[in-house]
Amino acid sequence: MKICITSSGKEMGSAVDLRFGRCKYFCIYDTESRETKVLENAGAYSQGGAGIAAAQQVVDEGVEVLITGNLGPNAMRVLKAAGVKAYRTEETDVARAVMMYEAGQLQPIESPVSAHHGMQNKRGDK
Amino acid sequence: MLISVLSGKGGTGKTTVAVNLAVLLKNACYVDCDVEEPNGHIFLNPVYSKSERVEVMVPAIVKEKCSGCGECVRFCYFNALALVKGKVLLFPEVCHGCGGCIHVCTQNAVTEDKKDIGRIDTGVGGGLECIRGVLEIGEPVGVPIIKKMKAGLREDRTNILDCPPGSSCTVVGAIQGSSYAVLVTEPTNFGLHDLEIAVRLVKKLGIPAGVVINRSGEGDERIEEYCNTEGIPVLGRIPFARGIAEVYSEGGLLAEDARYSKYFEEIAHRLEEVLSREAACYYKR
Repeated sequence: MKICITSSGKEMGSAVDLRFGRCKYFCIYDTESRETKVLENAGAYSQGGAGIAAAQQVVDEGVEVLITGNLGPNAMRVLKAAGVKAYRTEETDVARAVMMYEAGQLQPIESPVSAHHGMQNKRGDK
Repeated sequence: MLISVLSGKGGTGKTTVAVNLAVLLKNACYVDCDVEEPNGHIFLNPVYSKSERVEVMVPAIVKEKCSGCGECVRFCYFNALALVKGKVLLFPEVCHGCGGCIHVCTQNAVTEDKKDIGRIDTGVGGGLECIRGVLEIGEPVGVPIIKKMKAGLREDRTNILDCPPGSSCTVVGAIQGSSYAVLVTEPTNFGLHDLEIAVRLVKKLGIPAGVVINRSGEGDERIEEYCNTEGIPVLGRIPFARGIAEVYSEGGLLAEDARYSKYFEEIAHRLEEVLSREAACYYKR
């Protein structure tokens, strides 16, 4: 199973980017091969619809679980349609976020934040 | 004839200059192109007798025909489409209405639908025709409203286009085809900085321009110096005065105030002068 973590850097020790649509990188961790692939989020530079583009990229990678801080309404619609389960994390690093998910300590994201939430606040805080 | 009033910087006094010029110029029509926040009506108090909706194209997917190839999704620059499990998801609020998805679809599975993005109100106020474009909140593109508004303008009128701030698509859409641009600025570094952007824009579009210095009195030389270098005339000045701010804040027309009308008469006079000269220049070519 592939787990995608939104990240501000390319390492497992990098901080989780709590934004989804405008996050810098996607760390995609394969639980079977235990390998991690890092992709740049193409949505980060889009003029609009960043969440949609980011979600499309995640879906195209065959991700089943997404770990991030917040999700916007459009991204949520794409991920839901694809059956990707999203989980919320607080500020932490990528490796720890995966551990917390595997330990069942992360809560699923049930409702989106407002559109453009991650543009007003770079840290993605509420 | 179209005369654009723009500034680059917001809050320099575009609307103040535009409404007062419209009141003073003969046979004028005031056109509020600041579709995200049209507010010239606060000064002119028009009674709108006509309201027209503006629609733009959005795609619709014919599910039976869609092969799920994703061409439309890859084409969309604004990410208004997504492809999940072979099905296209549509996000009309993100769509800019270019129609490219229809064009690239090999299955004829994308058709035209309509989306309402705002309206155009027409009426009479302050003794002249007033038109305003109103973009719905959250809509990304106001240009179609501006284009539709401009298409309905009478050519035999002096149409004063009150433009949005900035220098992006809506401003370009508003000023295109103008005979002249009035650039409103203030004598601050911020005013000058954004004036330079506005000047670059009008030069690129080949629109002759003049400058109005609002809140004039201190620091005018930085604007004058720049205008001299660029060969742009200063059409007039509106002083930085408490009384002007008071009339403004109450929604009054400065052109109708005995104390301040002279500043706008001067601008209108200079404008008519340069326009006739511009016309002469055009004839020579």
